Amino acid sequence: MNEFPTAADPLRLYEQLLLIRAYENAIVQGSTDGRIPGTCTSVGQEAAAVGAINALTADDLILTNHRSAGHLLARGADPGRLLAEVMGRRDGYCKGRSGSLHISVKELGVVLTTTIVGGELSLAPGVALAQTMQGRPGIVACFFGDGAACEGSFHESLNLAALWNLPVLYICENNQWQAFVHRREAMSREHVSDWGAGYGIPVQTVDGNDVFAVLEATRNAATQVRDTRRPVLLEVLTYRTRGHFEPDDQGYVDKAELAAWLARDPIALCRDRLIGAGQLSLTADAELIARVDARIATAVAFASASPFPSIEELTLDVYA
Amino acid sequence: MPTLPLNDAIGLALAEEMRRDNKVIAFGEGIATKRHELVTEFGALRVRNTPLAEGIIAGTAVGAAAGGLRPVADLLFAPFLCYAMDELVNSAGKLRYMSGGQFSFPLVALAMTGAGWGVGAQHNHNVEAWFVHSPGLKVVMPSNPADARALLKAAIRDDNPVVFLLDIGLLYQPGEVPTDAVPIPLGQASTVRAGTDVSLISYGKTVHHCAQAAESLAAEGIAAEVIDLRSLKPLDEAAILATARKTGRVVVVHEANRLCGVGAEIAALIAEQAFACLKTPVVRLGGPDAPVPSSFPLEQATVPQADAIAAAARQLCASHRPLTYPPMENSKCALPH
Ligand SMILES: Cc1ncc(C[n+]2csc(CCOP(=O)(O)OP(=O)(O)O)c2C)c(N)n1
Ligand SMILES: [Mg+2]
Repeated sequence: MNEFPTAADPLRLYEQLLLIRAYENAIVQGSTDGRIPGTCTSVGQEAAAVGAINALTADDLILTNHRSAGHLLARGADPGRLLAEVMGRRDGYCKGRSGSLHISVKELGVVLTTTIVGGELSLAPGVALAQTMQGRPGIVACFFGDGAACEGSFHESLNLAALWNLPVLYICENNQWQAFVHRREAMSREHVSDWGAGYGIPVQTVDGNDVFAVLEATRNAATQVRDTRRPVLLEVLTYRTRGHFEPDDQGYVDKAELAAWLARDPIALCRDRLIGAGQLSLTADAELIARVDARIATAVAFASASPFPSIEELTLDVYA
Repeated sequence: MPTLPLNDAIGLALAEEMRRDNKVIAFGEGIATKRHELVTEFGALRVRNTPLAEGIIAGTAVGAAAGGLRPVADLLFAPFLCYAMDELVNSAGKLRYMSGGQFSFPLVALAMTGAGWGVGAQHNHNVEAWFVHSPGLKVVMPSNPADARALLKAAIRDDNPVVFLLDIGLLYQPGEVPTDAVPIPLGQASTVRAGTDVSLISYGKTVHHCAQAAESLAAEGIAAEVIDLRSLKPLDEAAILATARKTGRVVVVHEANRLCGVGAEIAALIAEQAFACLKTPVVRLGGPDAPVPSSFPLEQATVPQADAIAAAARQLCASHRPLTYPPMENSKCALPH
């Protein structure tokens, strides 16, 4: 079995936050000069991914959405192979066929990244059914946005998972935005968790910019799913501080709202906590940042050197 | 040989495959009620009724397949597949490829379609071409109970997602079903009747109409060959080209809308690869570009009937297209494979 990061070490969580930010910044930079295709970044939401993923075990399976870099990196994906996938190169996890929006990594238990909003929700009960019927211990963690919760598949998925006692941990990253529409314009309720309660599913909301709070909440929720073999819905409140996609000038974003969330940047919050608790010195912080930056530089070099797939591969793997 | 209606042949195949492989499960809106014998034999965990939610039924099949099971999802009537389109087309059909071959999706989506019950356009819509056009999916439409059973067995064992369409008009038509339980590989057409003058290529219930037409043509001295495609993807191109080269006259027949239907692909295939062998243009008979009405005579009028098929074949056999290509190329056409 692969080695998965274990949550215990707060410095490790912090390093993962840094890694995700550095990885996505490299993509943003590369996309401005055309070296790397633009993606949907999760800048501002890193704690939601790191906290949740680190509460899972190696047996658990993951389904996620277009904003999945954080989930993949926190799960232990190699940034070089991820970036190679984003760049359509042969060494990508999916041989360059998926780009940034559909990366799956079987060896890490990542069954799906979907860019059909709500697609992860429609598959989650089935994956959990397969776990249950084959006596596998792992639960299914399904990451989706507040926008996905407006799709019919969210409601069908929750109803079925509750009805069939399926071990799905639904994790809604409510980042306040559904592409260019604010969730206030699109949701009849304030919280996605309000809807979950309607299906008799235990729900919880948590501050998604506090990595330790997300870790704790997800651990509790995951334990509940494991113990009851029934679904739980966790709503993680956070904010997408960059645009929907790169590039995006965010001209439509309320400046005051953005500023308020930027003031609660998850990485700064974590750093302050660690420094305040005496767990991180400024020198150690600088060392960590340098290490992460070096890793990303290596990843960029690796991905850029990876060849494009040959044209003969165009129609491979369509059929089994 | 025992005789069974097609619907029971489907039940038989499900039972045989569930017995053979405990990864096979079946669920849908009422399957545990309608095929209760499966619940009795395999238990309520492997055979389940579902909520009325085709999207999540299909999605659950896709997820379960990714997780290692072999689900059969009964989606009832083909027009309801519209609610399951995303899961079938965007997930089942694409995710193997998009994952670079990491995951596979062995599932079967069952749906009924076709004229016969006067159920109208929201229950009867022959949508097979949509799925043939979607990469990653296989599409099967049997014309008789023996094939239905053997093809469903192959579909369940297949590591790809298969859309398996049942012709409503044939569901309760009995047919002989052999005692052996050998699957028919997907992509193998069958020659229902051999002939040398004209080829009638079809699938589903219109195979029977072609066979009736062939019978009346025989009385007039015209030997029609009837090909049942059985599976639309993979398509048995070799069988199509062989019969086209053999007779040089082809009528393609299906109940679905003629416009962009499977028949268009078959006609194009023949034009591209057997043009030199054609004595006449290929003729397509299909339904109109209209929703299928429920009024019985109107519904039947959407289906190519034996008389119309025979008339088209007769006309082809009467006409002669002047040869404009070198006889050398023609010579290999005369040889049946
Ligand atoms: C079915 C579907 N509809 C629309 C889109 C276009 N789209 C991509 S992401 C997105 C917003 C999704 O919002 P949310 O689920 O909250 O996720 P977020 O982007 O905020 O992480 C939209 C509308 C899509 N990809 N798929
Ligand atoms: Mg959102």
